[in-house]
Amino acid sequence: MSEHLTILPILLPLIGGLLLLLPPLCNSIERQRLAALTVATLTLISAVALLLQSQAEGIQLYVLGGWQPPFGIALVADRLSTLLVLLTSVLGLASLLYACAGDDRAGAYFHPLVLLQVMGINGAFLTGDIFNLFVFFEVLLIASYALLIHGGGKQKTQAGFHYVALNLVGSSMFLFALGILYGTLGTLNIADMSTKVAALPEAEQALAKAGGLLLLVVFGLKAAMLPLHFWLTRTYAAASAPVAALFAIMTKVGIYSIYRVHTVIFGASAGDLAFMAQPWIWPLALLTLLAGSIGALASPNLRELTANLVIVSVGTLLVSIALQNEQATAAGLYYLVHSTLVCAALFLIADLIGQQRGKAADRFVVSRKVRQPILLGVMFFVAAMAVAGIPPFSGFVGKVLLLQAAQNATEMLWAWPAILLSSLITIIALSRGGTTLFWRRSSDKTQAEPASAWHIAAVALLLVAAPLMVVLGGPMTAYTQAAAEQLHQVPESLHLLLPGGPS
Amino acid sequence: MEAVYAVCVGLLTFSGVFLCLRGRTFPVVMGLTLLSYAVNLFLFSSGRLKFDGATILGTSFSYADPLPQALVLTAIVIGFAMTAFIVILAMRARADLGNDHVDGRLPPAPEAKPRRKKEHA
Repeated sequence: MSEHLTILPILLPLIGGLLLLLPPLCNSIERQRLAALTVATLTLISAVALLLQSQAEGIQLYVLGGWQPPFGIALVADRLSTLLVLLTSVLGLASLLYACAGDDRAGAYFHPLVLLQVMGINGAFLTGDIFNLFVFFEVLLIASYALLIHGGGKQKTQAGFHYVALNLVGSSMFLFALGILYGTLGTLNIADMSTKVAALPEAEQALAKAGGLLLLVVFGLKAAMLPLHFWLTRTYAAASAPVAALFAIMTKVGIYSIYRVHTVIFGASAGDLAFMAQPWIWPLALLTLLAGSIGALASPNLRELTANLVIVSVGTLLVSIALQNEQATAAGLYYLVHSTLVCAALFLIADLIGQQRGKAADRFVVSRKVRQPILLGVMFFVAAMAVAGIPPFSGFVGKVLLLQAAQNATEMLWAWPAILLSSLITIIALSRGGTTLFWRRSSDKTQAEPASAWHIAAVALLLVAAPLMVVLGGPMTAYTQAAAEQLHQVPESLHLLLPGGPS
Repeated sequence: MEAVYAVCVGLLTFSGVFLCLRGRTFPVVMGLTLLSYAVNLFLFSSGRLKFDGATILGTSFSYADPLPQALVLTAIVIGFAMTAFIVILAMRARADLGNDHVDGRLPPAPEAKPRRKKEHA
């Protein structure tokens, strides 16, 4: 059993999702809910077990079909992937919990779609082969297309077409890049590629560089890096709340892929091509932070504000990639987990506030007061403090770690003001929004129903991370530090990833 | 052969990108289809172009790389599914929004129109 643990976070949601489409489960929403929550919990347990196993025994290599890498398809569970698989599983469970309060009735097949999306994301994190990364990208994308327009409506269709068309162009570019890289390197296994890049003849270096930078564009599109971020706000604001919360991890898939490709393949051991994306990532990271901050100030409602905060978090993570040292990567991973959970929680809270404010929804206008001001106020306050990076919550630790990772004066000069100013703008935007939402109210009586237990459970599951990641800050940072070491020192684990030696 | 092949891929990509930038959903879908054709041809060529090469060792003097062919097959299947999805989505958008513009609303009419209205008034 334990040797097959690596593939369980992919198989469980896949099988669960398919079973949900068949009778007797597909007939009743109660049975669907129960089964979906069970499968999501099982996935979560398998993700925890996988994390513990990979921590105890080192990198887990799972070779499908018994073809020795680099020739077959391999799954690789190292510290970085298992951490993100665990994060995805938590997010999937929270999204399903929230949807059980009624969002899943808006259309058919909500639960199977969420499970299939979780499967695609887990697969993208676990694969050790760059073509399979493409395949899992497509799996998670097609599930996300269906989830985005789930429930229907003009706004969703409109945002959906942009999202689908953009991602199809992105997929084409991904394949172009893969074709170039396979043509020059002759392999698609990520570990094997990292051994080939340094030995490229000069004539082919330019080609490999073009392929690598094309990959940066594709991942930048998924991650909402600056010139490619315009789709995000509208898409996330149009999606229903549990879907938007699940989408909070989607940008991080792009960030993860940049980590993988540009620190492992084009990393320190890549000879002339080492860190060739660095000169591009630096300005784009800072400009992404700027664009997200401006967007946050200009947002007319809490959902769009949260979507812009996602862009800010992407910018911060890009800074950690641009700094390109182990400490920065470790800080980035800590921040990645924190920002995903808190942004997802903020999407859910925005929906709760919107439900209780009647027609005004979550727009920043004077309106009737919310039904449960204390509950929602506390949740919003915790999420806002965490996302802005005010102690004692997790955002503070993440940002401080990242600031510490800037090593020389030039890096500090660029990274510090950008991150600190974006935090300040986040505080301004959130406090302006929060005061309007909770304190500027008309005298109308509220008739909204209070939040259901499902809602509160889902938000609590996500929000508890904010204090917990500080309380467990020691083990957590030790873990991300070890994960960053594994990522940066691939040559040391090559004997595990390629048991038969490079091709 | 390489030159003809490269020109074909280039031409398909060019047409695909051009059509993707149009304002109506149908040309955009066509553009995406052409792009995926270009991509499939391009992927195929990453295993080098070769005549009379079998993909099984020992059956002919020269042999071809089978992996790009497998990749192209995967890419065709995925591209087909995605195209089917976006066609349905485009039709849904036409029904929901009442027009087939990618933004869901027609751009404001050119300036000539309001002036003509004024004359009528």
